[in-house]
Amino acid sequence: MHHVTLERWSRGTSALHRRDPRAKTAALLTFLVVVAMTRSHLLAASVAWLAWLCLAAAWARLPLGGVLARAALVLPFGMVFAAVSWAAGDPEHAGSLLIKSYLSAAAVLVLAGTTPVPQFLNGLERSGVPRFLLMVVQFLYRYLFVISEEAQHMRTAARSRGASVGGIVAHRARFRAAGGALAVLFARSYARAEEIHRAMMARGFEGHFQPLGTFRFVAADAVFLLVAVPAPLVIRLLVEKAVP
Amino acid sequence: MTPLVEVRGLRYRYGDGTVALLGPNGSGKTTFVLHLNGLLTGEGEIDVCGTRMTAASAPAIRRKVGLVFQDSESQLFMPTVLEDVAFGPLNLGFSAAEAEKQAREALARVGMAGAAGRAPYHLSAGEKKRVAIAGILAMEPEILVLDEPTTYLDPPSQQSLAALLRELPQAKILVTHDTAFARVLCGRAVFFRDGLIAGEGRLDDVIRQFAWE
Repeated sequence: MHHVTLERWSRGTSALHRRDPRAKTAALLTFLVVVAMTRSHLLAASVAWLAWLCLAAAWARLPLGGVLARAALVLPFGMVFAAVSWAAGDPEHAGSLLIKSYLSAAAVLVLAGTTPVPQFLNGLERSGVPRFLLMVVQFLYRYLFVISEEAQHMRTAARSRGASVGGIVAHRARFRAAGGALAVLFARSYARAEEIHRAMMARGFEGHFQPLGTFRFVAADAVFLLVAVPAPLVIRLLVEKAVP
Repeated sequence: MTPLVEVRGLRYRYGDGTVALLGPNGSGKTTFVLHLNGLLTGEGEIDVCGTRMTAASAPAIRRKVGLVFQDSESQLFMPTVLEDVAFGPLNLGFSAAEAEKQAREALARVGMAGAAGRAPYHLSAGEKKRVAIAGILAMEPEILVLDEPTTYLDPPSQQSLAALLRELPQAKILVTHDTAFARVLCGRAVFFRDGLIAGEGRLDDVIRQFAWE
């Protein structure tokens, strides 16, 4: 599963894995902004940025092929917008949309592959993002796959009773069954949410989450910040200078 | 002697030790245990360790009554095992360092010290149950209440859980359909039917009386 693969990657022990998530997030954000704002020399700069990302992935000992292949998963979504631009008579913009979305996905993957989600959320919290919002994300991440597993079980149960038979009439029946299954899934999720709330109350929860600190910003993080944050802009400037 | 748990209305007084709550589905066993730390409230009165259950006393009572839910998946809601086990101590007002110490000790006690950094969804059912128990032990309760603890567990995991529970010094209330598991841990039983206590006594006597095997 995609999620499990990322989880496994993020539990690595490289120097990049050990960097403070706030520093890595800042580096990602500047990368995304610089890529998004680039108009001229995009192709040449993209090659240089991709090399930069490959360097980071190699430093983190992430499987390069895996990162590059997974980043391509974003392309079908980008293609929709690219097609709109193309149809509007702006093929250059369509191409730049695809390049930018691929690079952004690759950069996000390098961050996700080197930062466990709990650490990432902890970093955001220490950067001032409201804890309540982060808890919602955390719960979603924690239970998304439990719910998805429940959905898979329901699908298997439906298929074992012949729900996969084809034909237009059967398709209608399948849509009706899918609607019912969604309602059941919602009810189950609701019941689970109640159970979780009870489990929280049983352990003294009174409405405020208390964080358990697990990392601190060290000198190596400062060095990383000083190098990684301006790097995308420096790369762009170098490319502009080198390519006429 | 101050009774450990006293429930008026159900006319049941429970002393130290380990007791099994038996009875058919829907007979009120889980509803009963949810009253023991104030998660549900109803008519009647409940005294825990000499303290009357009220909205004001519920937080203090929750520290004394550790509730292990049937589905560990719902109980392990934090992103890592360590954070989950430390959740209770942090709510009790422990500092982060103290809570982490409590959590690590509780994990060591249930044989899960090596899992501190892991995500709960990567654990097996038996491991999840152990971590759920560690989350309760970290709060140093006087009473452990376990709702269907053998659900989802294979026989080796059940045996391992029984061995762990036998070692723990707390009084235990065990909601279960598994009479073999109850026999390993409990000398006494209470039988529920239609929300009422239909009988109580020695476990074997209760099982025989209600033909519960």
